[in-house]
Amino acid sequence: MSPAPLTLAAEGVAVTYPNGHTALRDATFALTGGTICALVGVNGSGKSTLFKALMGFVTPTAGRVTLGGESVRQAQRRGWVAYVPQTEEVDWTFPVNVHDVVMMGRYGHMNFLRIPRATDREAVAAALQRVGLWELRERQIGELSGGQKKRVFVARALAQQSRVILLDEPFTGVDVKTEEAIVALLRELRAEGRLILVSTHNLGSVPEFCDQVVLINRTVLACGPTAEVFTAANLARAFGGALRHFDLARSTVEAHDGRQVTVLTDDERPLVLGQGGHLEYLDRAAHEKLVAEREAQKPTGPAP
Amino acid sequence: MNAALLLEPFSYDYMLTAIWVSALVGGVCGLLSGFVTLKGWSLLGDALSHAVVPGVALAYLAGLPFALGAFTSGILAAAAMSFVKLKTPVREDAVIGVVFTAFFAFGLLLISLFPAALDLKGIILGNILAIAPEDVAQLVAISIACLAVVAVKWRDLLLFSFDPHQARVLGLPVRRLHYTLLILLSATTVAALQAVGAILVVAMLITPGATAYLLTNRFGKMLCLAAALGAVTAAAGAYASYFLDGATGGCIVVLQTLVFLGAFVFSPRHGLLAARRARRELCLVAPTPDPLSPP
Repeated sequence: MSPAPLTLAAEGVAVTYPNGHTALRDATFALTGGTICALVGVNGSGKSTLFKALMGFVTPTAGRVTLGGESVRQAQRRGWVAYVPQTEEVDWTFPVNVHDVVMMGRYGHMNFLRIPRATDREAVAAALQRVGLWELRERQIGELSGGQKKRVFVARALAQQSRVILLDEPFTGVDVKTEEAIVALLRELRAEGRLILVSTHNLGSVPEFCDQVVLINRTVLACGPTAEVFTAANLARAFGGALRHFDLARSTVEAHDGRQVTVLTDDERPLVLGQGGHLEYLDRAAHEKLVAEREAQKPTGPAP
Repeated sequence: MNAALLLEPFSYDYMLTAIWVSALVGGVCGLLSGFVTLKGWSLLGDALSHAVVPGVALAYLAGLPFALGAFTSGILAAAAMSFVKLKTPVREDAVIGVVFTAFFAFGLLLISLFPAALDLKGIILGNILAIAPEDVAQLVAISIACLAVVAVKWRDLLLFSFDPHQARVLGLPVRRLHYTLLILLSATTVAALQAVGAILVVAMLITPGATAYLLTNRFGKMLCLAAALGAVTAAAGAYASYFLDGATGGCIVVLQTLVFLGAFVFSPRHGLLAARRARRELCLVAPTPDPLSPP
């Protein structure tokens, strides 16, 4: 059932638009299936250009993108690539219901008349049940809540049974419950060996569910495991002055507060970096090994 | 007596031809109108219907089939629009406006230069009652070709209209689908030209689709409904024009507009009455006391 893991590789990709603007130069990275990788960068960093190049919407002016050794076009013809659009990109007034949209994921499996067969109906039913929308399958897509709208398109990617899934800003305008449900689903897909690439500007959620990160600022600044890439130094290079900081050492937080400091944000998860700029995770329980290692290193008290 | 009067139009061959040709063309236009309204191509449809005029004029002058001239002219206009759009930062609606008025003006100029050879009224307002047998043959061929393409490709065209990105990611030939839809639109414009004339073609390519959109929220049903509405209103309009002694095109489009108004008011989902009913129900529910506020 699970397809073989696939390697997605960008080699020296550059994109110059017809107006002469070079959005991306010499972008090189490689990812292999069984991963959830975040594509992180500010607006105008070339992040969405790279995303478009991976999907074949723009053709690189130099370098190339390959999937499992094939060109993007070839990989798409084989149905290897699925795409979950941003909510704003979709025409929600279009006269299609939930089932229709998910069935669109099956086109690549059908003959040229696109008449669904039993296997197509089963795949759609399974996808809808997996995201919890089976009961709402007759709804017109505009009549769904924000979280349900997002899940329709995740279900479409599931029904497609692709080896690579690209998600564009999947957590924008989505409630925490839906975000958790989608993350749980993405983890299952990772376990099945699929390659999941998430374009996001929501830094804080990245360490919670992405095991790899590609950091973009006009080129690929860093690529690798999240803990190695998400360092204060790298993030400063990627974001420059575009990030807001809350430096505990310079703040009114005092020693007597100890570790009883609570960080709240209204919408996006905060990204917290420890001493020396290493990544801190939300939940100790999921990272006992890391905590033990850091305990063993015994850091040398607060810097003067 | 009354029945005999009502059946009178059917006793004339030219009326019978007008009615069934209108129904065929109306049906095909209705089918396409589903795509035009959802793709947001209404202005483009209007532009194409005006841009075919010089082609028709030249075809008549050269003694070629009118459909060939009209079709070539329409495609040239579409190509000109995409070329200008690609090469300038001028907004799309302005580009469409510049190109189609240029074509239309050229057509009018030709007609005014050769008034003996060309029938201005026939091209601009249509003249289905006096349609020549070879023109009927052209319309039937165009209509059947369009119906066949839509019958085979409607699901691909649906995905292309709804989510072109997904179409591309699935490896569908997006560019080819774009041109297919554009060619279908040009072809139906040409077909409808004879029935209702260049100015009202666009109504046949929008109104049935807009009406059907108000009545259903499934794409397949919407296409069927739009095609049926287009065919029935076109046939009825041609029939009614016999008694009113008015322009066939005017009758057809007025009828289509009346049906649209009916849907606009009475549609169970999107109609004015449904909206009012929904508001009233909301008002009945709203005054329940807030448990948190003091009585």
